Amino acid sequence: MHGRPRKPLKPEDAAASAAKAEKLRVLQSQFLHNHHNHIYSKEAVELSTKLLETNPELYTAWNYRKLAVQHKLTENDSDPDSLKSILDEELRVVESALRQNFKSYGAWHHRKWILSKGHSSIDNELRLLDKFQKADSRNFHAWNYRRFVAASMNRSEEDELKYTEDMICNNFSNYSAWHNRSLLLSNLLKRKVEGFVSKEKVLPDEYEFVHQAIFTDPDDQSGWFYHLWLLDQTVRVDSPQLVSSWPTPGSDLILLGDRCLDGCASSPFTRFHLDSRTFPLVLYFNQAVEGVNSSTITVDSELNTNKDLVWKPLSSCNSKAAQVWVTQLNLPDGNTHSSKVFPVEDSSPISSLYQLSIKNDNELTDFEWRAATIAKEIDHFRELLSLINCKIGKLTLARLLMAHDAMMCPPANKISHSEEVLELYNDLMRLDPTHVQYYKDQHSLVLLQQVTSNWESLLSRCFHYSNSPSNRGSPMCLQLKNLSLSRLGSFDKLLWVQMLDLSHNELRSIEGLEALQLLSCLNLSNNILGSFTALEPIRQLKSLRALNISYNEIGAHSIDTTKYLCSSPLSHSVGSEWNHGQTVIDDDIKSYWEAYFILKGLNLTQFDIVGNAIVNEKFKSFLIKVLPGLKWLDGEQLH
Amino acid sequence: MGELAADKHVKYIISVEKKKDSFESVVMEHLRLNGAYWGLTTLDILGKLDAVDEEDVISWILKCQDESGGFAGNIGHDPHVLYTLSAVQVLALFDKVDILDADKVSNYIVGLQNEDGSFSGDIWGEVDTRFSYIAICCLSILQRLDKINVDKAVEYIVSCKNLDGGFGCTPGGESHSGQIFCCVGALAIAGALHHVDKDLLGWWLCERQVKSGGLNGRPEKLPDVVM
Repeated sequence: MHGRPRKPLKPEDAAASAAKAEKLRVLQSQFLHNHHNHIYSKEAVELSTKLLETNPELYTAWNYRKLAVQHKLTENDSDPDSLKSILDEELRVVESALRQNFKSYGAWHHRKWILSKGHSSIDNELRLLDKFQKADSRNFHAWNYRRFVAASMNRSEEDELKYTEDMICNNFSNYSAWHNRSLLLSNLLKRKVEGFVSKEKVLPDEYEFVHQAIFTDPDDQSGWFYHLWLLDQTVRVDSPQLVSSWPTPGSDLILLGDRCLDGCASSPFTRFHLDSRTFPLVLYFNQAVEGVNSSTITVDSELNTNKDLVWKPLSSCNSKAAQVWVTQLNLPDGNTHSSKVFPVEDSSPISSLYQLSIKNDNELTDFEWRAATIAKEIDHFRELLSLINCKIGKLTLARLLMAHDAMMCPPANKISHSEEVLELYNDLMRLDPTHVQYYKDQHSLVLLQQVTSNWESLLSRCFHYSNSPSNRGSPMCLQLKNLSLSRLGSFDKLLWVQMLDLSHNELRSIEGLEALQLLSCLNLSNNILGSFTALEPIRQLKSLRALNISYNEIGAHSIDTTKYLCSSPLSHSVGSEWNHGQTVIDDDIKSYWEAYFILKGLNLTQFDIVGNAIVNEKFKSFLIKVLPGLKWLDGEQLH
Repeated sequence: MGELAADKHVKYIISVEKKKDSFESVVMEHLRLNGAYWGLTTLDILGKLDAVDEEDVISWILKCQDESGGFAGNIGHDPHVLYTLSAVQVLALFDKVDILDADKVSNYIVGLQNEDGSFSGDIWGEVDTRFSYIAICCLSILQRLDKINVDKAVEYIVSCKNLDGGFGCTPGGESHSGQIFCCVGALAIAGALHHVDKDLLGWWLCERQVKSGGLNGRPEKLPDVVM
């Protein structure tokens, strides 16, 4: 058991212990003999009782007892008194065993099994549970058992809710009680039980309740996690929403062929350089959705008939759900040398999303109480922080401010809190250095939100990438370099980007980047990407022609922390691409399967990888094999 | 910072293996197969697996196998998935998984999957996400993962996901680091990690580290080396 110091035994104790051991061994042997020979006499069963009362972990003995009960029940079929006494005895043994170890899985399960024979009353069980609550209010076995009893004996969720309230009032630091409370409330709200029909009526009281806990002891985590759940309940919209799409509604999409167009008056957000016969239509939702296809989405376009469109979810595994969906529209024949202007309808090309139950308007239902609640919480926490410098208070305030800003979008009159939030995360990095990476990530996300919040800010970061070896008149490059970014976000604002410079940041992962379907040039040099599996999103960037991952840490780490986030020959997902048996696995692929997997589907013409530990002559010749269209490798022209 | 006293660890493990007659050993006799896994994996990591007699260990393990195909914690005890996984893992350490009738062991496990996708620990029906992990891990080592309904197994695990991003032992069970390890591990093997809310769970898990540097299993509990 935990918390007991270990001391070496004195000789006289060692001898006593050995004798005890021998006695126990004899009993256990006898027990196993009874079990194997199906002996269920009174003495035999009593032997198992004796063993279980001192060692409830002897699982075979619980199995034996169940067999003994079954045996006795078939013998005493018609006698209800006898049935009662048999089951009562089992319940007594369980209680006795639990006194020895109230965390014994075997004991609790045996009790459940006995209860399934239809015995004991709910009062009895609740009484037992009360005893265990007093001994240890966090005993999860007891809480699980409580949930089992409440469900199987039809105790109301409202009564259980009251119980959690009592437990919490008794001790605010009872995470198990808060957990159960959040569970019960979720169910009551979902089922719209009387008294719990609207969140607007229920949540304010909960906020008050949790404030008591938080303000009493700001260092205790229990209340804080519950508060986070309340915040999520306040902000969350259950039905998915279309957040963004490309081409942008209400704009003119200009498709440029391979002729250069200097001094083009259009903005980089609506000008698209094509080098193929198709271009993508991208939908970005606020959560993963399923079922986007030509019968749930209608696209009115002069280029394609709607029913021909095949929509694909951008997910890394074979999931049918994704936040980003894409389809390809074909250009009419013989038009690659001229430019064409396509007006994009204001109501967006997507005219019918209702079969997916997607709301295309950005207004939340019950907007007012949500906004008012968040505003109130912000005031509360500002007050708390004026009194104490508390880490989780700052984190909560940061989250509240972000939630507030997210709700106010799109802003007519937006007061953004990004500066204050960035300040809070900087504070947190100093206050809680062991979690600095988490705060950095959050800081990066907020910074990106700030940068992408309006067109002016984005335009100020757009440049012509003039020293690229490809044609002049190439698209504008968005520069997001040197921002200490450890994480990426705001993809919904960046769907138009074709050239992206993310160099000189602190990126370990590029998760979410697959949404940027128009990317043809990507610069990730001078970051801290640790493996090819971290580049998984690149597999989905079919338009990518130039990739720069120089001066990263690929090959420098013995442990690949992103391995399981990427499909691999070692994974067992059904339908995995590796099972198709089309690939001939040669030595190179064995040595460099991650690189092979990421790069094999790409049509790169330019690749920079110098400055990574994995690079040597062998690897470079492997690259040339895997990327047959490659013209430039690390600045050198290939032949 | 000091160095790991590897030799002392090896000595300790061997001594525990040999001391079959101490009271502690007898009282925990029923989970000796788990103990074998913990001890032998440690020896393997320390590069000292040859400190034990491989044949001895393997022949003892095989004696723990029941006619159902499952393994018991020790000779004569009842089979259970807990010990079945340990048996397979220990054999894998010695690279001797092929001495098993993989189909027989797999069938034992497959027979324990319930309609809702969950797994029972044994024929007596206790359900817990630990057993989901055990089943998926064991079958993946035996290369028989396709014998169960993986989608349903994943569905059940996801139903045990809590509002704080963690996982419990059954639907509604409180989040606990041990259960989280099992659920996330199972989802990783099954290629279903997209069901995990990485940010929420990641933060919850970081908050398990307390001032002393140790990690606890749940909020406001004491740190424990097990975690």
